[in-house]
This record gives sequence, C-alpha cells and structure tokens, in this order.
Amino acid sequence: MLALFYFFVAVAFAIGIWQVNRLLTYRVIFKEIKDGNKIITFQNDNNPIATEKDNDIQGKFFMIFLVGFYLLMGYCLIFLHDIMLPDAASIEGENYDNLYTITFVLIGIVQFLTQALLYFFAYKYRGIKGRKATFFADSHKLELIWTTIPTVVLAVLILYGLSIWNDVTDLEGDEAILVEVYAKQFSWEARYAGRDNELGRGNVRNIEGANTMGIDMTDENAADDIPVRELHLPVGKKVVFKFRSQDVLHSAYMPHFRAQMNCVPGMVTEFGFTPKYTTEEMRQQEDVILKVASVNEARVANGEEPYEFDYLLLCNKICGPSHYNMQMKIIVESEKDYLTWLNQQKTAKELF
Amino acid sequence: MSAHHHKETFVTKYLFSFDHKMISKQFLVTGMIMGVIGVLMSLLFRLQIAWPEHSFSIIEAFLPERFQSEAGVMKPDIYLALVTIHGTIMVFFVLTAGLSGTFSNLLIPLQIGARDMASGFMNCISYWMFFISSVIMVISLFVQAGPASAGWTIYPPLSALPQAIPGSGTGMTLWLVSMAIFIAQSLIGSLNYIVTILNLRTKGMTMTRLPLTMWALFVTAIIGVVSFPVLFSAALLLIFDRSFGTSFFLSDIFIGGEVLNYQGGSPVLFEHLFWFLGHPEVYIVLLPALGLTSEIISTNSRKPIFGYRAMIGSIMAIAFLSTIVWGHHMFVSGMNPFLGSVFTFTTLLIAIPSAVKAFNYITTLWKGNLQFNPAMLFSIGLVSTFITGGLTGIVLGDSALDINVHDTYFVVAHFHLVMGVSAIYGMYAGIYHWFPKMYGRMMNKTLGYVHFWITAIAAYGVFFPMHFIGLAGLPRRYYTNTNFPLFDDLANVNQVMTVFALIGGAAQIVFLVNFFMSIYKGKVATQNPWRSNTLEWTTPVEHIHGNWPGEIPEVHRWPYDYSKVDENGEYIFGEDYIMQTVPLKAGEQES
Repeated sequence: MLALFYFFVAVAFAIGIWQVNRLLTYRVIFKEIKDGNKIITFQNDNNPIATEKDNDIQGKFFMIFLVGFYLLMGYCLIFLHDIMLPDAASIEGENYDNLYTITFVLIGIVQFLTQALLYFFAYKYRGIKGRKATFFADSHKLELIWTTIPTVVLAVLILYGLSIWNDVTDLEGDEAILVEVYAKQFSWEARYAGRDNELGRGNVRNIEGANTMGIDMTDENAADDIPVRELHLPVGKKVVFKFRSQDVLHSAYMPHFRAQMNCVPGMVTEFGFTPKYTTEEMRQQEDVILKVASVNEARVANGEEPYEFDYLLLCNKICGPSHYNMQMKIIVESEKDYLTWLNQQKTAKELF
Repeated sequence: MSAHHHKETFVTKYLFSFDHKMISKQFLVTGMIMGVIGVLMSLLFRLQIAWPEHSFSIIEAFLPERFQSEAGVMKPDIYLALVTIHGTIMVFFVLTAGLSGTFSNLLIPLQIGARDMASGFMNCISYWMFFISSVIMVISLFVQAGPASAGWTIYPPLSALPQAIPGSGTGMTLWLVSMAIFIAQSLIGSLNYIVTILNLRTKGMTMTRLPLTMWALFVTAIIGVVSFPVLFSAALLLIFDRSFGTSFFLSDIFIGGEVLNYQGGSPVLFEHLFWFLGHPEVYIVLLPALGLTSEIISTNSRKPIFGYRAMIGSIMAIAFLSTIVWGHHMFVSGMNPFLGSVFTFTTLLIAIPSAVKAFNYITTLWKGNLQFNPAMLFSIGLVSTFITGGLTGIVLGDSALDINVHDTYFVVAHFHLVMGVSAIYGMYAGIYHWFPKMYGRMMNKTLGYVHFWITAIAAYGVFFPMHFIGLAGLPRRYYTNTNFPLFDDLANVNQVMTVFALIGGAAQIVFLVNFFMSIYKGKVATQNPWRSNTLEWTTPVEHIHGNWPGEIPEVHRWPYDYSKVDENGEYIFGEDYIMQTVPLKAGEQES
C-alpha cells in the first residue's frame, strides 16, 4: 500500500510539472484599446524549436556549467585529497605511485583542456540568426596531429606501465618469505611455509576438524607449515603470497601495499611485495596522520572510539551476503619481532 | 508493399506489427519501463550505502517484507540483488535493447531509404522475445529467495551455488533463462539490421554516403553478432554446471560443511567467456549513442560533422579493438601476467580512435551556429561525460595501475560516466530529436531543458566524487562500509552522492511527463523540424506502411551538406542545409 502512496506522489509531481510548464508557456499581453482601457490576452508561446533567445540562454548556461564543473573538480582534488590512500607502503608500490602520478597529471591536463574547449565553443558559437556556420568538413593536418599525439603519449604510458607490471608480477628468483592466504566465506586464514620455506599441498578435500585449510598432511612439506589467523610481515623482506579459496571467488586486496589478487577455487594464484614501513612507522607518516585525523573527525561526530591506523587485507570480489565484512589485520614489524611472533605459533604437525 | 493496403486490426497494428516504426516504439517503451525499474533500484541501494541500516519508508514500500531485516532496512543479500539486477537491466534491457533496438529499428530503413526492414517478421519476433525476456527478468524479482545476486557479471561459483548466496537459486535460473532469450532476440535483430543496411540502400546511397548513425548501428550489430553467442555459450555451460552436475567452471569447493562433487573446472574460463561479450558490450551500448549524437551535433551546429571518414575509421577501429581487449577486466584474476601485458597494449590503443572521435566532435562545434534544442544539449553532455569517463580508462586499462583500483568505486565511476551516463544521454538526445518521427508531435522544449540541466548536474554530482572514494580504496558492492574505520570519512561523500542521485532520479520524472504527454498533447510536428539533411525527414509526418507514399527517394550527396556555400559565399540552394535527395548543382563539387 505504501508503494501505491509513493506512486501517487510521483504522479502528482508529474502532473504538477506539466501544469506549471503549461502555465509558463502562456504570456500575458496587455492590449490598449480606446479610452485607455486595456484588455488582457494570453498568447501561447509554445515553440518546440530553439529560438535565438534559447540559444543565447543555453549557451550561457554551458559557460556557467563549465565554471561549476571546474569548481567541482578543484574541490575534489583539494579537499578530497586527505581521504585518499597514503603513499605506498611497499617498495614495489613506489613505482606504482610514480606511474599513478604521471598518468593522473596527463589525464588531468587533457580533461581540463578538452572540457574547456567543449563548453567554451558551446557558449561562443551559440546560434545567432543569419550567421553562417563555417563549412569545415576535413583537415588531414589536424587529424594527423590528434592521432599522433595521443599515440605517442600512450606509447610512453604503455611502455612504462608494462615495465612496472613485469617487475611486480615477476616473483621468481630472490629468496622470499612464502605465505599462503586462504579465503572463505567470510574470513581469511593464512599459512607460513615454515623452516623449509615450502608450502605443503592443500585441497578442500582434506578439510577436517582443526585442519580448516585442507592442508595435505601426507605431504612432507606440510609438517612445519604454520597456520595462523593474523598476518605478520617483516619489514624490508620480499613476501610472496600464494592465494587459495575454499568456496567462491574472493579477492585479496591490500590497498596500502598496492597489492591485489583474486583467490580462485581450484587454483593457486600469487602476488608479492616488500613492506617498506612497519605499522608503527606507517602511523607516523604525514599523510597517514592526515587520513587518520579525517577519519577520527567523522568518528568523533558519531560518538565512536578513535581509530588507529592498521594495514588491512580486504575482500574485493563479491563473495556473498557478508562480503562487506571480510577482513584481516596485517602487522608489519621488524624482522626480530616477526621471528619472535612466528616461533610462538604452532606448526601444522603440532596442531593436528 | 505500398501498393496494397490491407485492413489493420488492433492486434496487427499495435501488438504483432511488422512495421519497423511501430516495433521501434515497442522497444522504446519497454526499455523505458525497465529503465524506471533499474533507476529506482539504484536509488534504493544508494540510500542504504549512504545511511547504512537506517530505516527508510521508501525501502519498506518497494521491497517485500522478507527482503527486509527490519522494517525499512534491506538485507545484505538483497543489497547485492539490487546491484545485480540494476546492472543487468541498465546494460542489457535499457542500453542495448532500449537504445539500439529502438533506433536501429526506427532509423535504418528511414535513413537508407528502404520501405522496411529486410524481414519484418524477424523484427517482430525479435521484439516479442525481448518482451518475454523482460517479463522473465521482472518475474525473477519476486521469487522467494530473491533475484540473482552475484553481480551482473554472475561469476561462478557464487552464481552457481545457492548455498553461497540465496539469489543463486531460482532467481539465478530465471536470470539465465531471461538472458538466453535476450541474446537470441539480439542476434535476430542484429542480423536483420546488417542485412538491411547492406542490401536495401536506395539508389545513390553508397556506403560513404551513409549517415554516421547508420555506420554506428551497422558496426554495433556486427559486434553483437560476433560476441553475444559467446555469452550464450557461457550461460549454457553455467546452466549445465548448476543443473546437471558438470564441472566447466567449478572445482574443489567446500561449502556448507561439505565438499562438492566438482573437479577440474575453472571460474577463470567463465570470466574469459563472459568478458568476450562483456567488453564489446560496452561498445554495443556506446556506439549507437555516438552515432546518434554525430547526426544531432552536425544538424544542430549547422555544420558538417568534422572528419566523416575518420569517424567511420574510428568506429571500425573501436569495433575491432573491442573484441581483443576483454582481458583488461581480469588483470588480477590469476591470468598469466604476460597475457595481461598484451591486453594492456590493445586496451590503451582504443584510446586513440576514442580521442579522434572526441576531438572531431569539438571541432564540429567550432565556428558553428549552434541550435540548442534539447537533443543538442544532451549530445554535448555526452561528449563531456565520454571524455571524463574515457580518460580514467587510461588508468584502468594499464595493468600495473589497475592492481590497486580494480573493483573499487573508481571503476564504478569510470564505467558509469563513459558508458552509463554517456549512452543514456545519447538515448535521450535520440528521443528528443526523433520524437517527431516516432509520434508526429514535438516534445516540449522547456521541460527538455530542465531535464537536461538537472540531469547533467546530478550525474557529475554522483559520479565525479565517486572516483575519489575509489582512490581511497573503497571496494564496490559493500552493503555498508561501517565495518572499516578506514572508510569512515567517506560517509559524507557517499551521502552527498546519494542526494544528487535522488535529484537526478526525480529529474527523470520530468522526462517521463514530457514524453507521455507529448504523445497526445505535443505540438504537431512539421515534416523536417530540425532542418536536417537525412532521408527520414522526407517521409510524411503520419506513419504509413512503406514509409514513402510514392517512389523511394534517390540520393545524390552525403548527409552533411550544412552551410555549404558557393564561391560568392552564398548558400548554394539558399538554405543552410541541402537534403540528400537534392542533385548536385551545375559546377558544385561533391563534398
């Protein structure tokens, strides 16, 4: 019934619009007849095609809109700056941030220029009766210019982008710490490779009791593996993640490290990075302080506890009703602290 | 066909009409109804995301009680269902069938000078299959456990397992059935469009004299024929996995306390199949809009479209490239990184023809004599959102940069501007421009202006700030962001965006009023109200079977002879437009 109410509101609104519009199309005209008396007539001014006056008004609106749009862009760039992610917290992320900056400056310039031209031309060439438009159908020179320039710029972006992509995705070679991240509806688990730095095989068919990740205990590499519920990483050491999923697609998203990879049931995916700052160091970064301040401003207004910065692993692929609450804390610490923590954890053999 | 007039009944005229003009109106109105549903859904979930778990009477009004956790609050899986169906409806039902179906049907025979489509019967079938698929999609909203909720991309295993999300039960089955029928209708329609354009052009209408609208719709149809069958096969295999126990996309799944009997399949395979359609689909949506605007911008600038051949080249380049870029949706899917490099390369190449198009539109405005009819406003709006949205594509298409913005609100902002808003603008522009051809009456100008300006402000108000919350790392498809203190300072931005969305939604009522009232009360149209060159404006205002009462017109020139002057600087025929049917004057050079 409530739906019916809203429907009637919409209909009433619609009728209102139509009636107001109809009224506005009539112009009142006072005509003087003899003896100084006036008669009032209504003239229907309902011309469905743009007149010179319309062109003038709409052209000016475009100019105003351009100014408004510039203000919006400026506002977002300046005032929404603090809410964005802080500088990368991984070594690999530095390159990412460089490419990001270059790309955004480039597209920013193009955006400002082309929008200006578009709306300015709309304003400048608004139709005037009797003016002749210029018959200008083709110019190979112009077209060559705006085919070549984007091509060159894009070639640079592509080459730079691909070199970074190759670096980031190249996980071979160096001695990295091996960590398995395991996704399921709606939580994360992890497993360190242990002393041998080799992960034992895993398959959902081995899930039983405490062995929630389906580690294959017949694999000799599995015995020293360390299943955990919280991710600790040593600063300055390359970490290679192997991702598995138990049920549906998930995506392991670690925005501060510029890292993301889908977790796919039935296959193992991988990604890697080198943490640059410990959690403590990151909390002291200027843009993190700004970000935390802006978060806490909002939290205080809602009467909530103040927030302290922590690295996070979020799920970033729709995975079910509680997709919005699937997270794991990541703690980056000195290698010494990391080893201390790791040695306190029980191995798979001890656990199962 | 024009020779004999058989008696028409209500059924043959309004229901099972073979006349392309009536079929186009059927597509349009069905598309609009679906559009209302799709937009309304977006407003409901925008309310939830801006004011999480607040009670809203509008949510209470429009959602069945079992979809609410408490009165006026939607459940998390229903949030996802709304997002899913909103995407499906807007992309396929509104912007594919509603846009391409309407204008291909209306304009192809009229602009190439044909009496009707190559097969009126297939055309009729195509519409009715679209209608049936729409009905099934709407029915799926009412099933007990809720409609499909795995995102419009329906990635398995989520879409395959009712244990994973309730909407993957009957809701998903109906989704698949509806889409299978939809794909079939799209194929039938597209084949018809291609055949008609290739075979039924009137005398003198060479391919290089076709209006750009025709080129766009022609190439769109080709992309559709190439890519839609692949989605059909994906849907079919998914149906097998869901119902007959095959393992095309599923493997090693433990859910609800048990291991499922699937082995050896891969969801990544599904992603490939899906995006092999999914990406060209973007251009299936966008190209018709760009085609319509090319025509409208030229007419209303009183100038030829700049770089006609470059525009055709761009359309073909975009179409070709669009079929080899799908992997850019999958940079972090676990696909081989080398493959990612290839897709980065092809994807960024698309920026070149797109840039050419944008520059050509801007140059068309330069030194024009712009007539700001509502259609023209929407066309300029399209160029603006196409640029804004297109530029961020350079970020997302670059595999290295995509890593951190993939599946965040940055993506949502990007595609809503570049294909959502742009294509909707193109559709509106087309409706305002060709309304006189459809209904023989004019739409109200003032309401058109009001509609455009509120929509334009609201669209940027919603989608421009959205980039920034994406850059803050906010993932899309979250029921609420309150579980992450990290995102608490984005709540204000989200609320502002929702307010703009509500304003924008209300502005569409202005359009609906204008549309439906103008059908009955609009000013009667003249034959060529916009003083345009193309053939559809040589037909009489009243619709007749066969379009032209006498002979089919013969074409003597390209469609963009606006403001063409002779050596003395005078208009060649005394007017600032020369219709395609006018033969060249002695000594006149063909443009």
